[in-house]
Amino acid sequence: MPDKGRRIGLHAVLIVASVLMVTPFVWQIVTSLKTLSSATSVPPTLLPEGHWANYGRVFDLLPFGTQFLNTLITALARTVGQVFLCSMAAYAFARLRFPGRNFLFGLFLSVLMVPPQLFIIPQYEIMSDLGWLNSLPALIVPGLFSAFGVFLLRQFFLGLPVELEEAARIDGANPWRIYWSIVLPLARPGMVALAVLVLLWSWNDLFWPLVVNTDPDKMTLAAGLASLQGQYQTDYPVLMAGSLLASVPVIAVFVFLQRQFIQGIAQTGIKG
Amino acid sequence: MTTPRKHRVTEALWGYAFIAPTALGLGLFYLWPVLQTAYFSFTEWGAFGGHTFSGLDNYERLVHDPEMGRALVNTFAYTLLGLLSIPLAIVFAALLNRKMRGVSVYRTFFFLPVVTMPVAVAMVWRWLYNGDYGLINYGLSLVGVDGPNWVADPDTALYALVVIGVWSSVGYNLIIFLAGMQAIPADYYEAAALDGAGAFRQFFRITLPLLSPTAFFVSVVSVIGSLQLFDLVYVISGSGAAARANPAFPRLQTVVQLFYDRAFVTNDRGYGAAIVMALLLIIVVLTAIQFRLQKRWVHYA
Repeated sequence: MPDKGRRIGLHAVLIVASVLMVTPFVWQIVTSLKTLSSATSVPPTLLPEGHWANYGRVFDLLPFGTQFLNTLITALARTVGQVFLCSMAAYAFARLRFPGRNFLFGLFLSVLMVPPQLFIIPQYEIMSDLGWLNSLPALIVPGLFSAFGVFLLRQFFLGLPVELEEAARIDGANPWRIYWSIVLPLARPGMVALAVLVLLWSWNDLFWPLVVNTDPDKMTLAAGLASLQGQYQTDYPVLMAGSLLASVPVIAVFVFLQRQFIQGIAQTGIKG
Repeated sequence: MTTPRKHRVTEALWGYAFIAPTALGLGLFYLWPVLQTAYFSFTEWGAFGGHTFSGLDNYERLVHDPEMGRALVNTFAYTLLGLLSIPLAIVFAALLNRKMRGVSVYRTFFFLPVVTMPVAVAMVWRWLYNGDYGLINYGLSLVGVDGPNWVADPDTALYALVVIGVWSSVGYNLIIFLAGMQAIPADYYEAAALDGAGAFRQFFRITLPLLSPTAFFVSVVSVIGSLQLFDLVYVISGSGAAARANPAFPRLQTVVQLFYDRAFVTNDRGYGAAIVMALLLIIVVLTAIQFRLQKRWVHYA
């Protein structure tokens, strides 16, 4: 049966590729459970050892709990704020008529074309002028606004049927009511797709947090973890434990919301 | 009853109210900063804040700065080699584009690196690449090869970085290609099969040409993303004293890393602004070139 042989060959190729994709994670977990001396023995031991103390060490080296909270609060605030503000603007661009609409939308889109590094020096100066350096608002506030989010949700709103909105308007509902009680419930899938992307970018982002918050108690996990290398770059079991703890929350969200993640990326194709 | 005119005015006011928060935020934190950065690139910053207009000085320095030259070479090489992720993603998307047990599991494995924090990814790979105790050199030793100290060896560091980049982006590209493949009508394949075309012929004659617009899009996005590489290389090359101790640092430092260093470590913000203005120019030019070249290879159905 050539068909069966082909299927086996196909699985063989995919399994080899999967092993290549997963090995770094497996080795990360294995190393995180070793003592430093067994991690640096030659030849290496391939099995984990149950040395959980490395996970405790992460909390000694970094204010890990605080940084975890900073990252979580920042990610949640940016996600909720951005989805809400972007959905408002997107609704207006998709449904309401007002002078300058196309011009303003074009202006919003132009933000998408610019590499984000061009925003950073002036954003930093604003944070500095406001006295916000080393604070959570510095991590959150610029991330509440997004041209990408407006663009994504506008596309989504344009694909929704207008009949319900028309009916509500004839009944005398104002645009806010229509947006809030008719459009938003219909737009759930689009908003979830945006939310998971914003959550991912916000959680994993390094450059901006690194620049604005240099006090370890105000850092996010990405910046805190990056600050470890250099000082502790040889204590690999602890670094592996820390990097695992820092990245697992988003990986878990991804596993639960896989479909929405993939939809969001397939629809927009824009990376953070 | 409201008059149509009054109605139009009300609708317009609602429209402005809806966009106002985002318009103000984008204006203050994004649009105005672009203009400011452009202006800053013509200024020199003092040690205690404040800046003075310095004309084209920063750009003149930039052109003659050997470190910027090396950063550009590294960034271009990384960008070009990173495109390898595209053919790999196409091949694996084609393998996964069928009804088969385990497809979603394979897809998840490919996608895991995409959602993992780049700082964590870089740390794990640094450990895999470790010259003395790394898993990769252990594997090589089993077949009698004495592996180098990958990310600290000037001859291998950039390639080692590219491998990480490809490993972490292939799953992302794969998702986009899968979506592109699923948009190709099944009748094309049925007709080709009736004409006796095998799987390979179908792939080269149907899938690839119809996928070329997707590939073009992915290549534009990848180039823009690679040119801005920072997180991975910041951890891989080390920063500050650790970076200076790494002999491979001159072969790793990217344009955005140099920007970080000048703008926020040595606080030479005017020069930092000039670096990112140059980056903007490079992105615009490379994107324009790709749009030009697409006529030669992209088929729009």
